[in-house]
This record gives sequence, structure tokens and C-alpha cells, in this order.
Amino acid sequence: MALQSLDIQRRSASPTQPPVVREHVTEVAKLIDTSTCIGCKACQVACSEWNDLRDEIGSNVGVYDNPADLSAESWTVMRYAEVEEHGKLEWLIRKDGCMHCADPGCLKACPSPGAIIQYSNGIVDFQEEHCIGCGYCIAGCPFNIPRLSKKDNKVYKCTLCSDRVAVGQEPACVKTCPTGAIRFGSKDDMKEFAAERVAELKTRGFEQAGLYDPAGVGGTHVMYVLHHADKPELYHGLPKDPAISPLVSLWKGALKPLATLGIIAAGVAGFLHYMTVGPNRADDDEEGPR
Amino acid sequence: MSRQPLIVRYRAADRINHWLVVLCFLLVALSGLGFFFPALFWLTGVLGTGPTARILHPFIGVLMVLGFARLFVRLWRDNRFDADDRRWLGDLSGVLRGHEAGDTGRYNAGQKGLFWLMGLCLVLLLCSGVVIWRPYFAPVFPIPLIRVALLLHSATAILLIVGIIVHIYAAFWVKGSLRAMVEGVVTPAWAKKHHPRWYREEAGAHVDHKQP
Repeated sequence: MALQSLDIQRRSASPTQPPVVREHVTEVAKLIDTSTCIGCKACQVACSEWNDLRDEIGSNVGVYDNPADLSAESWTVMRYAEVEEHGKLEWLIRKDGCMHCADPGCLKACPSPGAIIQYSNGIVDFQEEHCIGCGYCIAGCPFNIPRLSKKDNKVYKCTLCSDRVAVGQEPACVKTCPTGAIRFGSKDDMKEFAAERVAELKTRGFEQAGLYDPAGVGGTHVMYVLHHADKPELYHGLPKDPAISPLVSLWKGALKPLATLGIIAAGVAGFLHYMTVGPNRADDDEEGPR
Repeated sequence: MSRQPLIVRYRAADRINHWLVVLCFLLVALSGLGFFFPALFWLTGVLGTGPTARILHPFIGVLMVLGFARLFVRLWRDNRFDADDRRWLGDLSGVLRGHEAGDTGRYNAGQKGLFWLMGLCLVLLLCSGVVIWRPYFAPVFPIPLIRVALLLHSATAILLIVGIIVHIYAAFWVKGSLRAMVEGVVTPAWAKKHHPRWYREEAGAHVDHKQP
């Protein structure tokens, strides 16, 4: 199901080089400007529409967030936070979903070859037909994004509309955003545009305005312009310094050569011991000494 | 000497129990290595496909723990460390050359160590396994705990696999041991050489029986 027109940079549980013959692949990025987002949820609708997802209709839990959380059928949700900054009430709205990390924890954790791939343009895409439903990606993700479906025990998340991007279109949420708060383009262009927005916000008194492109995960291909870039937690718990957990790195890193060494050492030790010492017999009286 | 009667070491129920645990272990160890090593993902094939291995692995694991639990209840008394184990352990190089020291009972110090290692590993594997068991139990645990459990489950499994390789090799090296777990019996010479105190206990029990 991987898109043949896109190069693959990384492939889960695959020790050898994935296909990368195409050159000149531009890194893409989606830029979400929280300062111009009005929380209309058109992006949520567009996402469901394009990806043909129909989540169960939930119930109102007393806040604007609806659905209340991401699910296998809701790949993006608006998060609303009411916070007090400098003695003023602020209503911070953030479109939540996969950040498409340059160093994806989900892909690192996935045990199934090709169930998660990272295209050379930066999009991290789940290939559900290869998913075994173990949920390792859920533990690997620093942003708590992947969701296991109760229908088929496969994990789903935002694809950054890889199918649209592959044919030169922008993601559905970008296409539909009525205020232009969501933009899509090359990562360089998006950074440039973000810098303009940040400068503009600073003139309006948001001294700490900035771009959220966390280095701990190698940068992301979904970035935010935040009025309070020094406090991303204000935006419904956006992590300040996201990184792949050291536990996951140890599990998927050092433990593997260590385990290989231990198992091989045990086998080789046994072989050499038998070859040099020979069998331990109690009933060989009739054989006589060597 | 060859005319002496064989000594029963394991009854049929215990032997069947042991081999059931072996079967479960092989299935979960191989499929588990498939989940752990990307290049060995094909090992999940011992349980069908990737998804079926993911479904079956935990159930077979629980069966293995239950099977081991019964063996544990039956054998733990004979696996308590005692003073003679010190002598056995004190001369490990002699042991490895086939000359065991100490008045060893039903189990030697090496067997006892492996017994408790297996028990400990299985408790850890069970606890961590429940925490990462999808789709049933994992959703109720916080993600940071699931990460700890994933690391613990893998590391413990590797430790157990290495321990089992030692266990299998020991059974292959010490001729006559496999027979104890297949046919259930050992020769008196085997018992005298490897487990002298146990041999005397068994012989003594025999003598007691014959008394009116």
C-alpha cells in the first residue's frame, strides 16, 4: 500500500536500505498557526471526509473538545485550553494530531517489517495491512498519538494525507481551513513563513512567540506557531522537550546486541565445552579409561 | 551393578507437565524473538502470522506460567540451598570437568540456581506481560509504565532464554539426565555420581519398605 511515487527513507523492523533512488525530494511540513486558529473544527470534518472516516457520535463532556480525544477514526482533534497569562484569560486552541517526527518513536518501536514507513519527504505513514496490533508504537510515540482500533486491532493516525501530497495536493485540513491558520509546503518555506508570523506576534506584545519544531525528535513535519513558545504545555499539554523515551531507546537499542551476544555466547560455550570436556557419563565403566 | 534396579526420578504426571512447559516455552520464546529482533520477525511464523502470533503469544505464556507453577509447588522443597551447595559451587571448575564435589541431594546448586532463576523470570514476565497485553489490559496502564514493562519483558525473556540454553546443555552433557525426564528413571550409578545424598535417601526408603 506504500505509495510508489514516494521514496521511503525508513521502514519499521527492516535492517536493510529501503528504496531511495529518487533524488531531489523536498521535505514537506504543515504549519499550524495557533494565533489565527478560530477552533471551527473544519479541519476535523475535512479529515473525516477525505479519509472516509466516520467516528461514533460521542457525548458533550462540558468542554468544546469534541470528540474528547483522538481515536482510530478521529485522526485530528481541536484541543481547547483556558489559561491565565499576565493576568489575562487566554483561550488557546491547538489542532492535535501526528507531528510526523524526523526521528519517529512509533517507527523505532514497531516490530513488524513495513508497518510504519517514513517517506523521504518526511511523512510518517502507517501501513495497516502490515500492522499486527501489538501497540508498541503507542509506547514509542512521545506525543501520545496512535490509536488502536477496536474494530480490527490495527493502529491508525494522521497520514498527512500522503495520498494527496503524492499527487501534488495539500492535506485536506489545509485545503479546508477558512482562516489560513494551517499551511502546507516545503519545510524551509514553512519555517520562513513562521518567522514572519512570529515577528508579527512579537510586535503585538507576545514577547515569547515562536515556532514549535522540537529538536528532541529531530524536528517535526507538523509545526506550530505559538504565542507562548516558552510554555508549550499551556496548549493542552503539548510537551516542552519531546524525545523518544530512554526506555524505548534501550529496548530497541543496546538490549539487542546484548541479547545477541548472550544467546550466542551460551551456545558457543556449550559447544566448546562438549568438544573439549566431552560427555559426563556415570555408566561407562565398561569403556575403560582414555 | 547393571543388575541393580533403576530409580524413579520423575513420575509420569511430572514428566508430562515438564514437556507441556517446554512446548509453551518454545512457542513463546521463538515468537518473542520474532517480536524482538527485526531480522527474525519471520519467527512469529511459529504461531501462524504476525497478528496471530500477537494474539496467541500471551495466552501460551500464561499456560507456561501455570504449568511451571505446578512444577514449582512439587519441587521447591528440594531446591532449597544448603551447606553442601557451597562445596559444589566452591569447585565449579571440577564440576565442569565432570568431577562433582559435595554430598549433593536431589538437585545440585546449579540446578537450584536455574530453578529459582526460572521462577523469578516467569513472575516478572507474567507481571510485565499483563501490562503490555493488547487489546485487553494495556489500555488501563499509563504509557510510561508500559515502556518500563516492554523493556523488562524483553530483558527478562532474554535472561530466561540464556538460562534455558544452559539447562538444555546440562541435560545433554550429563548423560542419563534426559532419560529421567522421558522415561522417568535413572541408573543407580547415575544417582550415586551426581546426587549421592538423594541416592542414599532413595535406597534407604527402599530398605525401609522391605521391613515388616
